[in-house]
Amino acid sequence: MLASLPHAAPTVLAAFLASLVEFVEALTVVLAVGVTRGWRPALLGTALGLLLLLLLVALLGPALALVPLGALQLVVGTLLLLFGLRWLRKAVLRAAGIIPLHDERAAFASETAALGGAGMRRAWDILGVATAFKIVVLEGLEVVFILIAVGAAGGLLLPASLGAVAALIAVVALGAALHRPLAQVPENALKLVVGVLLSAFGTFWAGEGIGIRWPGADWAALALVAGFAATAAFSIAACRPRPAAALERGD
Amino acid sequence: MRALASLFKELAGLFVDDGSLALAVLVWLTLVALLDQLAPAGWDGAVLFLGLAALLGENTRRAARRR
Repeated sequence: MLASLPHAAPTVLAAFLASLVEFVEALTVVLAVGVTRGWRPALLGTALGLLLLLLLVALLGPALALVPLGALQLVVGTLLLLFGLRWLRKAVLRAAGIIPLHDERAAFASETAALGGAGMRRAWDILGVATAFKIVVLEGLEVVFILIAVGAAGGLLLPASLGAVAALIAVVALGAALHRPLAQVPENALKLVVGVLLSAFGTFWAGEGIGIRWPGADWAALALVAGFAATAAFSIAACRPRPAAALERGD
Repeated sequence: MRALASLFKELAGLFVDDGSLALAVLVWLTLVALLDQLAPAGWDGAVLFLGLAALLGENTRRAARRR
């Protein structure tokens, strides 16, 4: 049974957390546009971006139903595996201190400086609209892919979409209330959890796509989640610079 | 044309950060698929996972050593 508990709960959680990360990043840029170029272009660009994403979902959703399940699992599973491992790799390197953490405050300051210094503001500011539109489409495309990947291959598109909508409501409400970037959100921890979940789902679906019959059926997905979580924890510990190495470098 | 190339680059960037990891994952997936066709066994899933875990661990350690 595809819509069983072991799949439904992690699917909703993965969709919610992944969408939360993407919406927080989009909010930072939309806020920067609002503060520097005005709220009209910021909201117009956001609305146009959301419209394009809705059109994509409306076109892709019914088309997916025409693809045989095996092919869908293989293609979507492989893409999800690549996507999840990319997030997991980056989150591991950030958690180990190898690459710097993503800083929403710094991103907001950089975007504000770039937009504030660029040209004159008009009633319908093209730069402001385009900047808000671009970030909403780029981050939104990731959300759409994640929803399709975690939802469609397992017949859980609706629960996954509800997870994403909940994240959107949370981010918009916080953004409207605070009027500043959500820098307190532990983005790397979220990326680590989402990377683990997406890598596990991707492995599960891609495995089914190449003909693997998982022992324990859907429960194998939870074992994969535990396996990737352990791999991430081990990798973080293995990547952390050792004190001796740090001393040699004079840190 | 430049906009299309930029869009393609952005889309590819969703899935590929380190090309060597992406390539190794695809090669491993293909090998396990071939193995499954030749000799289906109950442990194919474990082999697939262990290979992916090893690839991730090796790739992150290599990235850490480079920096």
